[in-house]
Amino acid sequence: MSMHDLALRLNIHELIGDYAECIDENRLEDWPSLFTDPCRYLVTSRTNHAAGLPQGVMYAASRGMLLDRVFAIRRANIFEPHSYRHVVGPVRIKSVEGDMAEVHSSFIAARIMHDGTTTLFATGRYLDRIDVSTTPYRFRERLVVLDSDKIDTLLAIPL
Amino acid sequence: MSHAGMTAQQGVAWPSNGVSEVPFRVYTDPAQYQREQENLFKGPTWNYLCLATEIPKAGDYVATTVGEVAVIVVRDASGGINAFVNRCVHRGNLLCLERSGNLPHFNCIYHGWTYDYAGQLTGVAFEHGVKRQGGMPPEFRKEDHRLARLRTAELGGLVFGTFSEATPELETYLGPDVTHGLLRMMNRTPRLLGRSTQVMPNNWKLYFENVRDTYHASILHLFLTTFRINRLSMPGGIFINREGSAHYTFAKLDFAAEDMDYKDAQLRSDSEFRLHDNSVVESVDEYGDGISVQILTIMPGTVLQQVRNTIAVRVVRPRGVDKTELEWIHLGFDSDDDAMTERRLRQGNLIGAAGYIAMEDGCVGGFVQRALQYNDDGAGLVMMGGHEAESQPFRASEAAIRGFWKHYRALMGE
Repeated sequence: MSMHDLALRLNIHELIGDYAECIDENRLEDWPSLFTDPCRYLVTSRTNHAAGLPQGVMYAASRGMLLDRVFAIRRANIFEPHSYRHVVGPVRIKSVEGDMAEVHSSFIAARIMHDGTTTLFATGRYLDRIDVSTTPYRFRERLVVLDSDKIDTLLAIPL
Repeated sequence: MSHAGMTAQQGVAWPSNGVSEVPFRVYTDPAQYQREQENLFKGPTWNYLCLATEIPKAGDYVATTVGEVAVIVVRDASGGINAFVNRCVHRGNLLCLERSGNLPHFNCIYHGWTYDYAGQLTGVAFEHGVKRQGGMPPEFRKEDHRLARLRTAELGGLVFGTFSEATPELETYLGPDVTHGLLRMMNRTPRLLGRSTQVMPNNWKLYFENVRDTYHASILHLFLTTFRINRLSMPGGIFINREGSAHYTFAKLDFAAEDMDYKDAQLRSDSEFRLHDNSVVESVDEYGDGISVQILTIMPGTVLQQVRNTIAVRVVRPRGVDKTELEWIHLGFDSDDDAMTERRLRQGNLIGAAGYIAMEDGCVGGFVQRALQYNDDGAGLVMMGGHEAESQPFRASEAAIRGFWKHYRALMGE
């Protein structure tokens, strides 16, 4: 593996790690800056994705829409306090063409309620298109494809 | 659960003959839950089954549930839509395990019994035994056996089913106002945009009441007020049919004034109280009547919504006395261009499990359910706007919830 390939791999890992840390460590305000503007962020299910259906449960097409999601979580929407713990599996770089890397990874996310109740909340795949033209790298597209159609109670914090 | 003579002692006691005080035990009592399955979901009511466009060809089927009961919906060779229970007459096995598909006939995996698109038994494996030994007794006739059927009806591209012969025709059941409201919303051929299911930790009625509750919207859902999206004057009203079994509520929006309001908001300096991207609320008057919100319910489990340019069917499926599955079926229409689809998807952030003006509805029922845990004596109050369940030209009212209880009590014999 060349130094260039190694650097690419490290930068991709850094972005994917930073993403999970932003969410799990409650640095949500930093989360939108991990995306390009415009961008595409979609949380959907395996069933919808396989059927080519475009609507999921959370969608943003711009950094502004991501910022609005964060502000809504902080100031508008009402739900019981909770956090996630993501574990991201092996990162597979499927292709690199020009400025764009296509990267797949698997994740599981536990949900920890304010009273300590911990459940397995979601499993799925991240299907990413990552802009590798400048460091730090950014997501041009992150599809969060959940393995299940079912969401327990609500989805406030992004996955 | 429908043993004659047992029903009287099983019912929850109501404090009066009215519908503005609701005993809390209706949300916690397992016997009540079982009676609801018989009297409401399997009773004289219409239940959403699927979109007609999901099963366009002969043999196309959808396996779903009505309440807790497993049901198959299939298009037959003459273009009709049949529905029957998903339960083999032989040993009660599920016939369809997949959610949808196309089959030449329904074949039970257990012992190979087969059924046609009308649910008629057509084949029994080894019916005459093997080498003249065994087999069904001589009096057994396949023609005598069929899957228990539901009556079906289609309106506005939506397929409904009912277990009861006593249910009035669908449009009669809905009444003229609600029929009009349904056909207004479903005025084009629907196109499925996506689905998801929200699993809620509460009795199904707490969600159904929430949908009929026009009182809570601006109090529980703070998104629009936080972002100062002024819903200027919003004339609206509530239509409730005579029985209380179906209703719709609507609100109008001054689309042009709201557009001006966004532009003003962009000039404000307090950036955290304005949206960075307005596209989540930028809607068009696609029906040309100024109505931006229409919520329509059909007891016991069907909701049809227009929230701006989001169109969805929501199906309420009880899964135990304190668990409910809510399926969101997001729709566009066949005439939508790409811009319209993108508009629907962006506004889709308003609704569903992650919806800016909906997510609270996913947890508030669970909060009620928790509060009722071993604390379910007494009755809740449903008196906003009076004690009756009549249509009203305003929305600060719980009239539609009272309509729910009116029909509920009638069907439950309480």
